[in-house]
Amino acid sequence: MAFNELAFEKPINELKEKLNELKNGKAATTTSGKAKIARYEKKLNILIETTYQKLTPWNIVKIARHPKRPHFKDYIKNLGKDFIELHGDRNFRDDPAMLGGFITIGTQKLMIVGQEKGRDTDDKIYRNFGMASPEGYRKALRLMKLAEKFKLPIVTFIDTPGAYPGIGAEERGQSEAIARNLREMMSLKVPTLSIIIGEGGSGGALGIGVTDEIQMLQYSIYSVISPEGCASILFRDAKNAEISAKALKLTSSDLLKLKVIDGIIEEPSGGAHNNPQYIYENVTGTIINVIKRLKKTGLSYLLKKRLKKYKNMGIYEK
Amino acid sequence: MGWFSRKKKPEHNKDTSVDIKKEAWKKCPQCGEIIWMKNLIDSEYTCPSCGYHFRLTFKEKIVLFTDQDSFTELFENIGCVDPLNFKDVQPYKKRIQRTQQKTGRKSAFVAGVAKITGIDVAIGFLNFEFMGGSLGSAEGEKISLLIEHAIENHLPLIIVSSSGGARMQESILSLMQMAKTSGMLGELGKTGLPYISVLLDPTTGGVSASFAMLGDINIAEPNALIGFAGPRVIQQTIKQDLPDGFQKSEFLVEHGMVDLIIKRKGFKEKLGKILDYLNGN
Ligand SMILES: [Zn+2]
Repeated sequence: MAFNELAFEKPINELKEKLNELKNGKAATTTSGKAKIARYEKKLNILIETTYQKLTPWNIVKIARHPKRPHFKDYIKNLGKDFIELHGDRNFRDDPAMLGGFITIGTQKLMIVGQEKGRDTDDKIYRNFGMASPEGYRKALRLMKLAEKFKLPIVTFIDTPGAYPGIGAEERGQSEAIARNLREMMSLKVPTLSIIIGEGGSGGALGIGVTDEIQMLQYSIYSVISPEGCASILFRDAKNAEISAKALKLTSSDLLKLKVIDGIIEEPSGGAHNNPQYIYENVTGTIINVIKRLKKTGLSYLLKKRLKKYKNMGIYEK
Repeated sequence: MGWFSRKKKPEHNKDTSVDIKKEAWKKCPQCGEIIWMKNLIDSEYTCPSCGYHFRLTFKEKIVLFTDQDSFTELFENIGCVDPLNFKDVQPYKKRIQRTQQKTGRKSAFVAGVAKITGIDVAIGFLNFEFMGGSLGSAEGEKISLLIEHAIENHLPLIIVSSSGGARMQESILSLMQMAKTSGMLGELGKTGLPYISVLLDPTTGGVSASFAMLGDINIAEPNALIGFAGPRVIQQTIKQDLPDGFQKSEFLVEHGMVDLIIKRKGFKEKLGKILDYLNGN
């Protein structure tokens, strides 16, 4: 199997390779060859469509974590202009797992904050695989408070396996940092939007995810625990992750039904990594539309609505 | 003017008598001492020889942390359901049923009003004996309602936690309870009413990463396990031994996350004094 390839992607990639061979070979010059290429192209599109129509939650988990999936840094590069990165929590250090800064998307000036998993091995280690430490959450809050003070709407990009479970993170109060963000984000006096672009890993995701609106990429995931973690605790074996992925109801369509998220951002067939430009355009459009809509809402009503949305979450016996 | 007056008549006076323990004795898990039940109760469920703090049922907590017969329960009909049709080795529905039968409770959170050294408070207990004290929709709703009750009735709020974290069987809905409860605490904070968080053994995961860490004052019992990630998860991640006393109350005080540790004996009296300070002059 080729590097970076998911099992269910294999037939697609094989067909793609064949098609490329044909296109680069003699066939491309003959009439019958051209017809063959056209047939293969059609076949490929159908295969992609049918494969992506019957994805299981576990397949979606794999797409959400796909090594080629666009990360926060890719969105920064491709969504807007004049990005100015801001560093540090003014307290301990700059956490490279959490990025943030000013950006202009369309004509809208914004503060963006999000986790970055890193791309190559060195970068992944430097970014701690997108697992932020307390100083990351405190940096995020500092930037969000800065945005509030200077009346910039906030967009957060969520992509993390979870907040970092380490000795230093515990010493510096991982719990307190996340808890404070949850409380403070509920009262930020500017429009706020969060977008889950890959993995929404539990409290580590929620720590920058309490917002007026939550949008989710079609093949991203969001849950209280990873399927592997859930499998090893509740299903007694991490190998049951496929089953627990289904049980956790972690896909975008599940979460829309549960009214936890406000919308799904459509991905190209084959997932965002197969056509990044497509997803950048969709995300850009979503940000511009949502922020425009939220800005029209009066501030005191916006804050009331935000709190009420969270107050209404949960299903219980009355 | 502060937020309370001691002169108020007791509005609530419901019997919450404690079940007398059936066993005659208990073994201390820390030093191995055999303790007669009567001696254990006399020493507030702490080991007379080593000071180990036994885990408490919610009824024991009510007796130890509030004035006698002052506790009245609120919102007791709110209970757990299975919103996601979740099934692991057994269906969540069945788990709920069995736990409710065993504990006689509809959820892991007990909310109410009570007095602490004569001061009226809104108080809630997240109880480990009900599915590890995990935070689900019902618990989050009761916490949210209790905070609202505190705001409406101008009462200080106390939440006593003992929990493994968010309830996995309610997945995203349990995660959202962290946002819901923390957001509501923000509302309480705006009124100037105090919130005291009491962290008992254990308080971890989504509970410590939400309302349990947000007290104006965070109080822990001695030697309680308090942290974001469980020690096993951390060990698996970093693949090295954890330092002695890691994630224990004393560790949290040392690192500035908890205001103080109070031993069980005299806990209520000290809590009352803190409430008095928070009332100003
Ligand atoms: Zn002992």
